[in-house]
Amino acid sequence: MLEVKNLNVSYGDVQVLWDVNFSVAEGEFVVLVGANGAGKSTMMKAVSSLVSPMSGEISFNGRRIDTLPAHSIIGLGLAHVPEGRQLFPEMTVKENLEMGALSPAAKLTRKETYQKALSLFPRLRERERQMAGTLSGGEQQMCAIARGLMARPKMMLFDEPSLGLSPVLTQEVFRLVQKIHEEGMTILMVEQNVKQTLGICDRAYVLENGRILMQGKGKDLLEDQKVKEAFLGI
Amino acid sequence: MDVFLQTLVSGVLIGGIYALIGIGMTLIMGVMHIINLAHGQLMMVAMYITFVLYQYLGLDPYVSLFIAMPALFLLGAVIQKLFLNPLLKVDSILPENQVLMTVGIGMVLTEIVRIIFGSDYKSVTTSYSGSVMYLGDIAFNTPMVVAFGIALALTAGLFYFLLRTDLGKSVRATAQNKEAARLMGVNAERITVLTFGIGAGLVAAAGTLLLPIFYLFPDIGGHFTLKAFVITILGGLGSTVGAIFGGVVLGIAESFGATYLSMDLKDVVGMVIFLLVLIFLPGGLKRLTKI
Repeated sequence: MLEVKNLNVSYGDVQVLWDVNFSVAEGEFVVLVGANGAGKSTMMKAVSSLVSPMSGEISFNGRRIDTLPAHSIIGLGLAHVPEGRQLFPEMTVKENLEMGALSPAAKLTRKETYQKALSLFPRLRERERQMAGTLSGGEQQMCAIARGLMARPKMMLFDEPSLGLSPVLTQEVFRLVQKIHEEGMTILMVEQNVKQTLGICDRAYVLENGRILMQGKGKDLLEDQKVKEAFLGI
Repeated sequence: MDVFLQTLVSGVLIGGIYALIGIGMTLIMGVMHIINLAHGQLMMVAMYITFVLYQYLGLDPYVSLFIAMPALFLLGAVIQKLFLNPLLKVDSILPENQVLMTVGIGMVLTEIVRIIFGSDYKSVTTSYSGSVMYLGDIAFNTPMVVAFGIALALTAGLFYFLLRTDLGKSVRATAQNKEAARLMGVNAERITVLTFGIGAGLVAAAGTLLLPIFYLFPDIGGHFTLKAFVITILGGLGSTVGAIFGGVVLGIAESFGATYLSMDLKDVVGMVIFLLVLIFLPGGLKRLTKI
């Protein structure tokens, strides 16, 4: 479904991603793990066209998307739940969610999708009329995920959904992501929380210093000696 | 007491129009994060459009609203698209370039108008220019009351647009988090063009409404850019509700300055309030109202 080929990305003179190749098949739950500064978020931004690559190609459902402007990506069915939530702080939870459903197709079913999203996140129903900036960290993350769902995407990108959350809330967020996946969503997630994410994903790629170091089934990587040493401290 | 009330009334009436000037500037500030230092000059252009329509076609200034506003909307949109958006490419290294560009645009507009019309004072005197309504002992200058009403209606319309329509919400979303807005499918560049257009359209309305009251000359623009800037700071940068308060506060302050100090000192009063706000309430009135 998503295919990244020989991708090189740089910010000015600093190259961040080196010859990155990976793919996500329909219905898969793929995770990119790596330490701080490995280039994970840049990868996500490249997929969403927020940064344009120096060279290489990104295609979604066979269509090349790295040359498209950022605002046309979501309309193709690829929703991005960005790092640090990136809500609209002075808009209500409801308005934030509505902003997720701007494309003509998503707009048609906005009311139903909205109710569905709220049933997945009952907490947000209580906060419907509250400004998003006044929500707690966990609620903000739920709001960001719900906003992504509002676009009725075929695939979702999650960038560090556990960032700044307590272990309990992190568990909760991962459970929700898994639930969304079980309902048929294709997912690409970026995480620093290596142990937990490798446990729930189908496949994973390990990113180090902007290069793909290894890949494999989540559970296999969890057993891998190198991964253990580098990320799990064993 | 009557003098006091009279002063208050005229202050509020002019304040309503000042608010219109301030809202346009604050909208541009909120979305593009730049101070539009050509704001008063755009207003001046709108005033000359209204003047020409009156002088040569005999069109009533209130009818001219329907021409001056769309014309300035277009002018604003073109300025944003052709002159300001190209500078976004170097925004991360030279963010002040956009502000400098607006200064330049303001100068060019002023001088173009000077070439065409000269520096002479012009005025539009309609049949109702001097007409006055009375409520008890308080006099209401009719054009001012009408202008206030139209300003109120335009402000209400703007709020409806920003709060109730998808496009308006996209404008707010872009102001609050541009990158997230783009992820949601908002064409941020188009929003900036739209916003500058709306800002220019609103200040055009203010100019047209003020024309029956003010003398018109090319340099009046700079004067109003300054006022718009003061209003925006008073209200708290980027806050539309704040800009309304800022406009009314400035209007009342000037009105009292003119009555109780002297006509020449009315602008000083505004400036003193401006300085006091900068020193004691750096976030503007937004800090008090939280909206």
